[in-house]
Amino acid sequence: MSIAITTQIICFSVLSLVILIGALGVVLLESIVYSAFLLGGVFMSVAGLYLLLNASFVAAAQVLVYVGAVNVLIIFAIMLVNKKEDLKPISDIKSRRIISTSICLTLLSLLIRVDLTNVWRLSSPQNSIGEESTIRIGEHLFSDYLLPFEVASVLLLMAMIGAIVLARRDVMSKDISTGLPVDQELIEKSSEPLLTNKN
Amino acid sequence: MMNLESIPIQAFLIVSSALFCIGIWGLLNSRNAVRVLMSIELMLNAVNINLMAFSSYVDNNLIQGQVFTIFVITVAAAEAAVGLAILLSLYRNRVTVDMESFNLLKW
Repeated sequence: MSIAITTQIICFSVLSLVILIGALGVVLLESIVYSAFLLGGVFMSVAGLYLLLNASFVAAAQVLVYVGAVNVLIIFAIMLVNKKEDLKPISDIKSRRIISTSICLTLLSLLIRVDLTNVWRLSSPQNSIGEESTIRIGEHLFSDYLLPFEVASVLLLMAMIGAIVLARRDVMSKDISTGLPVDQELIEKSSEPLLTNKN
Repeated sequence: MMNLESIPIQAFLIVSSALFCIGIWGLLNSRNAVRVLMSIELMLNAVNINLMAFSSYVDNNLIQGQVFTIFVITVAAAEAAVGLAILLSLYRNRVTVDMESFNLLKW
């Protein structure tokens, strides 16, 4: 890599700070819209880390797929289900918080211990492949990873059809429960929800 | 002052561990279903950082970690699409996104 080591360290510290603070914001902020935009920032910083690791193709894919598709999809979902509702208070919320936080902290300390104590067998010149990595990824995708590549295309097709079927409002012309014809208009009307909570 | 040639791999691993644990915390504690999906995306990103670090530090001739990351990104995109579609149909039937009120599969 041609960048000086101090520049690398500064870039890495800034990017990882943005990632961790942004992730905490995603999880902890009250407003879900702020969380969604912070999630976009986290994705961009992760792409920056990939650039620091000399992987320009994966960084571009990260920006295109995560920021351009997944984040926009999440913002659309927030727009479609955005309703102010008063959540029912849970009785044992405090013990739940304590248990989950302690589980997460235990897992974190375990992972950090493994990260620091294990002796990694590193190859001597790091990041030596550089700009050739895109060519190498293409070779992998069309030789030894050909079957996963094709399976991934089938998976994307299945996900697309599944998402359309699940998100469509009325697939059938007759309502199953009442037998009345279902109106196929695009404008949503307030209707009786099928599975209201009985208790 | 330690004379470093590049950033140690442990730094990347610690960042990804912390990101993964934040994702798990959000998955366990958030009550909005959209936020649960966001936490899953955070966890997938942590795994991706791990794979990329190993591919560049351990296996830098055959960069198989980068290929794996591409596949993980593909699966994450499919998961987000299907998850949000499920969320929409759930919202249409239950008129809420509160995770505590989703008990359709409870006996």
